[in-house]
Amino acid sequence: MKDFFNTTLVLNAIFVFSLATTLAGALIAVLSTRLIRGVSGLAICCLGLSGLYYFLHSPFLALMEILIYVGAVCVTIVFAVMLVEPDEPANGEKRTPALEWGGAMLALTAGLFWALSRLVLGAAWPEPGAATKGSGAISEIGIHLLTTYSMAFELISLALLVAIIGALAIARSGRTKP
Amino acid sequence: MTNPLYDQLQVYLLMAAFLLVAGIYGLVRRRTLIGMLISGELIFSAASVNLMAFNRFTVKDPAVGQIFVLFIMGLAAAEVAIALSVMLAVYRNYRSVTTKELADLKG
Repeated sequence: MKDFFNTTLVLNAIFVFSLATTLAGALIAVLSTRLIRGVSGLAICCLGLSGLYYFLHSPFLALMEILIYVGAVCVTIVFAVMLVEPDEPANGEKRTPALEWGGAMLALTAGLFWALSRLVLGAAWPEPGAATKGSGAISEIGIHLLTTYSMAFELISLALLVAIIGALAIARSGRTKP
Repeated sequence: MTNPLYDQLQVYLLMAAFLLVAGIYGLVRRRTLIGMLISGELIFSAASVNLMAFNRFTVKDPAVGQIFVLFIMGLAAAEVAIALSVMLAVYRNYRSVTTKELADLKG
């Protein structure tokens, strides 16, 4: 059974599935009209991304992606959607300019994607080599975070603390005004 | 290509490029601040995937990129908290988070 799951075919299938999940999630997040569906699309996209991180030899980041993005970011955005009722009525706006600008933007981003794809597929990337220092396991990341990269670790915690206090201050200050 | 699909750098880079352009398109297309925030998160993810792909395929020490991406995730979470509280404050004053109506300056 273990051999079956390690065959290239099965791994490829799982990888293509995570790719498709990411693609579909991103498309839903961008193209849906109702905002709550956009948030769901972001959550789906992040689930697919965690699969990609797993294939990039980082189960730690796969877990973190689900924990932070799906568990914290998406849930917070859902709360904001419920609080501010952002579904805009589509009337009161001329259709033609919106369509024209949307089409122009679509063409622009498609061009950008084409250019980036040319760059990615045409460039001579260095040959993938095996990692020589360390294995990238979770225990090793923990040691790194507390020794070499302790500054980054402390900065994350400080930034999050300031963000929490700032969010509380900003969201509270407008409360007394009409 | 002899490598299987999941072992090629280009696949991940193409995925990241797609996430980036989808994020940019959504940033322009969305009419509300929350929609723009969602698109911004897609762009963050694109950067993270790029970094992790290069970390996996070219870097000698695989822990570095993971810590960097963890840093990006922390910053993204902080950004979301701040941005959403700003949106709540804006909504109290304007009764709307539609970007079209947020055109007043003070005074």
